[in-house]
Amino acid sequence: MDVRRQHRLRRRLLTAAHFIGLFLAMSIICLPGLWVVLNSFRPTVEIMAKPPVWIPTELNLDHYRAMFGGIGEGGVPVLTYFWNSLVISLTSTVIALLVGMAGGYAFARYRIPGKSAIFVGLMVTRAVPGVALSLPLFILYGRLGIIDTHFGMILVYVALNVPFTIWLIDGFFRQVPKELAEAAEIDGCTRWQAFWKVEFPVARAGIASAGIFAFLTSWNEYALASQLTRSLNSKTMPVGLMDFTSQFTLNWGGMCALAVLMILPALVLTFLVQKHLIAGLTFGGVKG
Amino acid sequence: MYRMRLPPWLVLLMPAFVILLAVVAIPLVLSLYSSFTAFQLTRPETITRWIGTFNYEKAIGDANFWAAFGRTVLLLTVALNLEMLLGLGLALMVAKVTHGQRLLRTIMMFPMMFSPILVGFQFKFIFNDNVGLLNNALQSLGLTDVAIPWLVDGNLAFIAIVTAEVWTSTSVFAILILAGLFAIPQDPVEAARVDGCTPWQTFRYVTLPFLMPFIYIAMAIRSLDVARAYDIVQVMTAGGPARRTELLWTLIGRTGYVDARMGYANAMGYIAILLSIAFTVHFFRKLSSARTSLGMGD
Repeated sequence: MDVRRQHRLRRRLLTAAHFIGLFLAMSIICLPGLWVVLNSFRPTVEIMAKPPVWIPTELNLDHYRAMFGGIGEGGVPVLTYFWNSLVISLTSTVIALLVGMAGGYAFARYRIPGKSAIFVGLMVTRAVPGVALSLPLFILYGRLGIIDTHFGMILVYVALNVPFTIWLIDGFFRQVPKELAEAAEIDGCTRWQAFWKVEFPVARAGIASAGIFAFLTSWNEYALASQLTRSLNSKTMPVGLMDFTSQFTLNWGGMCALAVLMILPALVLTFLVQKHLIAGLTFGGVKG
Repeated sequence: MYRMRLPPWLVLLMPAFVILLAVVAIPLVLSLYSSFTAFQLTRPETITRWIGTFNYEKAIGDANFWAAFGRTVLLLTVALNLEMLLGLGLALMVAKVTHGQRLLRTIMMFPMMFSPILVGFQFKFIFNDNVGLLNNALQSLGLTDVAIPWLVDGNLAFIAIVTAEVWTSTSVFAILILAGLFAIPQDPVEAARVDGCTPWQTFRYVTLPFLMPFIYIAMAIRSLDVARAYDIVQVMTAGGPARRTELLWTLIGRTGYVDARMGYANAMGYIAILLSIAFTVHFFRKLSSARTSLGMGD
């Protein structure tokens, strides 16, 4: 009897510990982000108040109004930045996925001499940080006259994302049995048709997860964008964040408002494809 | 008539090769060349002044460079291990939940959506000694009366940077480990339980070996990221105070752009890239040996 009660007590304690631990972990993950969201609605005076104001007395949309109206402090043309970011990230993601699909398919289906060497070579290009590339690229782009254009940024981001997309997609195509495509070819499909009608739909989850990673990388990249974009033509949002800083002061409220604008699309997109994400990583990463 | 036919795999890989060649390889060759010259950003004509391996010799003899090198390795070790342990804990906790797991997974991925530069600003704000969230909280709770100079003191600043890194990237580990937990076959786990293993033994000798490939993938991805860490540190401390949080790439970035000694910066950059390649190759090796031991390899 006593043993049973003890056992039950221990189980309850464990459940409670699990719940508390989960709650704590989730709070730590969320708090800094929620703090940013909250600050975007508070007047600057209150953000900077000393002693701190814990319970907001006044919430308003001033920072958003200033941001979208392009008025007030600095007058940051946020909408243009948003548009630039969107065009550059989406286009580069789509191109990176197409290139990655071609490459991943080649790795998964053909015998390639020196396969693992090529593979490691591709991954090594990821070891080069943006800072190291930014200057030589700046010189090259200057010669070609594509500094501060959407085209230039898209090109860079495609290159940034291709190795990783190939890696993920390769693993996914390997999960698709070869016989499936062969059967389709026997039934009269061309190889091209077999790919689009049979293999592509099966590997879709992996491609979705590669896509979200590519999108997030381009959406959030700073080091290269800060060198290769100069004006409203192509400046992206991470570079735009810098507009809220000046030599000695920081416009926290405004920055938080832009931060919210940056996170929202990423949040929506991740929520939409997150089911595929776990599946994609399971197959793509490990069994590849 | 002779018509050249490329093998189909080459045709398929061609776009990837062309793009990587244009955007990564050619600039790298250019900077490799400039690392053997006395190239200064402010005087473009210096790019033709060949000085051999002088820059490399200078980097190898430079105490600041080795300090930054050591600090990068330290950050890599501390951050990666912390992230691995926290990510493992988080994934185990989330995997146990039955209701609302989808929501928890999305929350778990929340930090991944933050741009590194945004994370930098966010934590700069949180750790601000005057109006920062952390000091305000500590003071309001009466835990301390003085403002703790988080980003001003060298050691505290390093802790602050590690915190920011861990906050953003624990989710990478958590997601990959969670994916691993879902992929584990249930039979061996049940067999272990039937044979009388304690929960700890089941975890240590059955679950963990299955998770190792996933952990190594996360390590490989993250070691590349940390070895080229720049944005977060640049925003939070810019390598300061007095070089106490200087990492390889903040040092290189400053040497190149602020001091305009691009040739020297590129030489240091090459040594740094070799470091990250070494780490990646190391984790890929471990990954494939873990795979073969589980019978998942090719």
